Amino acid sequence: MYEQSISTLAQQLRNKDISSVELTNLFLKRITDLDPALNSFITVSSDIALAQAAQADALLQSGQGSSLTGIPIAHKDLFCTQGTLTTCGSKMLNNFIPPYESTVTSRIQQAGAVMLGKTNMDEFAMGSSNENSYYGAVKNPWNLETVPGGSSGGSAAAIAAGLAVAATGTDTGGSIRQPASFCGITGLKPTYGRVSRFGMIAYASSLDQAGPMAKSAEDCAHLMQAMSGFDEKDSTSSETPNDDYLSNINTPLTGLKIGLPKEYFGDGLDSNVADIIMAAVKEFEKLGATVKEVSLPNLQLSIPSYYVIAPSEASSNLSRFDGVRFGHRCDNPKDLLDMYMRSRSEGFGTEVQKRIMVGTYALSEGYYDAYYLKAQKIRRLIKQDFVNALNEVDVIMGPVAPTTAFGLGSKTSDPVAMYLEDIYTLSVNLAGIPAMSVPAGFANNMPVGLQIMGNYFAEAKLLNIAHQYQQHTDWHLQTPTMAKGA
Amino acid sequence: MNWEVVIGLEIHTQLTTKSKLFSGAAVGFGAEPNTQTTLVDLGMPGALPVFNKEALRMAVMFGHSINAEIGMTSVFARKNYFYPDLPKGYQTSQMDHPIVGKGYLDVTLEDGTTSRIGITRAHLEEDAGKSLHEDFQGMTGIDLNRSSTPLLEIVSEPDIRSAKEAVAYVKMIHSIVTYLGICDGNMAEGSMRCDINISLRPKGQEEYGTRTEIKNVNSFRFIEKAIYTEIERQADILEDGGRIIQETRLYDPEKNETRSMRSKEDANDYRYFPCPDLLPIILTQEYVDGIKATLPELPSQKAERFQSEHKLSEYDANVLSSSRAMADYFEDTNKVVQDAKLSANWVMGELSKLLNQEQLEIQDSPVNASALGELLARVKDNTINGKTAKDVLQSMWNGEGSADEIIEAKGLKQVTDTGAIEAMIQTILDANATQVEQYRSADEDKQKKMIGFFVGQVMKASQGKANPSVVNPILARMLKG
Repeated sequence: MYEQSISTLAQQLRNKDISSVELTNLFLKRITDLDPALNSFITVSSDIALAQAAQADALLQSGQGSSLTGIPIAHKDLFCTQGTLTTCGSKMLNNFIPPYESTVTSRIQQAGAVMLGKTNMDEFAMGSSNENSYYGAVKNPWNLETVPGGSSGGSAAAIAAGLAVAATGTDTGGSIRQPASFCGITGLKPTYGRVSRFGMIAYASSLDQAGPMAKSAEDCAHLMQAMSGFDEKDSTSSETPNDDYLSNINTPLTGLKIGLPKEYFGDGLDSNVADIIMAAVKEFEKLGATVKEVSLPNLQLSIPSYYVIAPSEASSNLSRFDGVRFGHRCDNPKDLLDMYMRSRSEGFGTEVQKRIMVGTYALSEGYYDAYYLKAQKIRRLIKQDFVNALNEVDVIMGPVAPTTAFGLGSKTSDPVAMYLEDIYTLSVNLAGIPAMSVPAGFANNMPVGLQIMGNYFAEAKLLNIAHQYQQHTDWHLQTPTMAKGA
Repeated sequence: MNWEVVIGLEIHTQLTTKSKLFSGAAVGFGAEPNTQTTLVDLGMPGALPVFNKEALRMAVMFGHSINAEIGMTSVFARKNYFYPDLPKGYQTSQMDHPIVGKGYLDVTLEDGTTSRIGITRAHLEEDAGKSLHEDFQGMTGIDLNRSSTPLLEIVSEPDIRSAKEAVAYVKMIHSIVTYLGICDGNMAEGSMRCDINISLRPKGQEEYGTRTEIKNVNSFRFIEKAIYTEIERQADILEDGGRIIQETRLYDPEKNETRSMRSKEDANDYRYFPCPDLLPIILTQEYVDGIKATLPELPSQKAERFQSEHKLSEYDANVLSSSRAMADYFEDTNKVVQDAKLSANWVMGELSKLLNQEQLEIQDSPVNASALGELLARVKDNTINGKTAKDVLQSMWNGEGSADEIIEAKGLKQVTDTGAIEAMIQTILDANATQVEQYRSADEDKQKKMIGFFVGQVMKASQGKANPSVVNPILARMLKG
């Protein structure tokens, strides 16, 4: 049952083969049994889940509801959920119960989905291994000695282990795609502005974007149907009308032009990963696609550009966590400065403090032009690279990450190696285009994700391409052994 | 040494939008703490700003009023610093691309001289909240009602050369923003606050001296006094061979002194950068021109029209147009009387005197413009004389009724009946035979002085109701004998 797709479950719920309460209890039991080994949830909201499931059953009884009605899902713990603890993976917010609901979770709730709980993540979404969580590292269900990727590692691990049908994630530099790749699930980072950021605790506002994570592209399409679209509460959300993400999902791929950027296949890419990506591309050729080489010449600059822009915005976004109105406040502050310094030093973990300092430095008088402005110029070059390439081809394909999931603790002492993990994903956020991670095989006994990058607002096209691939492959249907244990 | 003072002003005007600059919370003064706030004003995690387009319209109106370039692309930037009443840890403001660019104002002083004051820019920004240090037993209370209230910060060039010029400039800005209806101009409630940058240099020297900034001065009188005080302080230091320290100072009106708040060394590095939560504001020429078409008549235009249309003196025209409320009052009064000089005299004279006595604004006058007009119409048609009119105005002020009702009820109508006046005069002449004799034997110059006695007697006998313009020629004729 836990391996079923949203479409199948929705049909079973309608047929009364199972009720949402039964389904929800099944997943809650799986969480109780399996999550101690994974640590993918920070909060399990059983009471809310069962109440929502009962509501969903009533709705289904009367023949109403959407395809998400009654489906148990999880939310990354940076979406504010009214009345439910929202920590953002940080000690700073270990007492924060939002008085309001984010647009994403609210829309998904409106669609009738059941919230099982809030998933673990790198603190304030800063990390690529989910080891930067105040609530402990998340383990990869395919190998408990390895990381699930980050920052949406909790969501990815929970889906891979069958603890939730689907989940929300956010992607600032690869935080949906890289954990999706590491855990063998499907994830979509939409175009910047496609999904509202209202109620998402900000890391880097100009890069942050929420998206769906699920076992298949079709499941992601179901989630996108509910969560995307203009929101007047987010000034950066796009007024471009929403596509129907399901209606064209079966369009054949005949004539699809795929670009392979040579920069994605250079030094640093694990040869086993490279082989799997090339095999996936071959599969697309069989489906009628043509392939040509393209170039994204400024790829290497995406790391320095990202690691100036994202920390700069973060240093400002995280200023509101000052111990004054909410969140952690140190004991017995002796004056205002002491309160600020100790509350923030105690409340933020090392990686967050590091990025706040980097960003503060980059924005400082005398350095702003050399760092922030220069990074913005590079960002425009990177964007132009994608625009040029996407003039030649329909989509760009490549690896999501240079390796498969690495060992827990193996990169924590080497920040540069950790930052290089994101080389294939960062540039997509800098350009603002949509991209997916789709399971494409196994290397070193671990899942490998194929990255598909498309033009602005081409989410429906990406989901169509991924879905067609998944109609002809079964990589997305693989289940880790530990998931079968319960 | 002969010093020249160089002054530049930053004026924060609070815009009269219904809701805040980046949230739907109401803007208002005096509400219970933290009752006029939304998630955005509280700086809650995940809350996002949504720009209030009404503030944009107001800023563009102001730009048109000071002959400024309008920023066709303007960008909000974050000014980062920590303070407990700054909930997000940054103030959303504008830095490199303000909504209003370079403009100017021509300012006329009391002595009639005019100088052109350059305006560098005007930008939109949000206000912070308030820290309350009393009533919390050593702790600080935070009230975020004011958080995200829209401000237009108007920055002048260092073109101002005296305290008087500074005050005249601020008054002119005050008059423009209240004319436009974009600020209520209430300085006591902080709707308009002024930062004064001030330095001295030896007369004739090109380069500027080191400046200090006096923060948050909130009345015309304090602006003038703070400048005088600061000039004196700086001159004393410089004449003793000392150096001015670049710093922020505070004016204390009770002690009439400025004192240091913080020096440049302690100054924040605000780490300005474009706010990623707000898109750049891109205006179309159509929008900008459309707003220009909605501009009301501005004070300087009104003053010119009062001179040409109503034939008022420059002084009267300037006084009457200094506030929109007074100008409207004058025009409404005149609509009834159709005598601009008479209307102007009464609005600036007797009415202003009564308003000052009770410290009322003209818009709160218990006698409205058309009521005053009706009173003045009775002066103009000789029903009553000016002196009686003052008494009637006082009665109207006290709520005793309209001009006509009071004139009627108190029987104040002037006597213009020639026969009745002749009879009255005859009685007076008979009763004052000696004075009549003296008058008749005096020369013409003396007679002019003596006639006042008889006029006085007539007015007394008529209880002020005899119409002087009727009395005078009859009296002169009858005295001749």
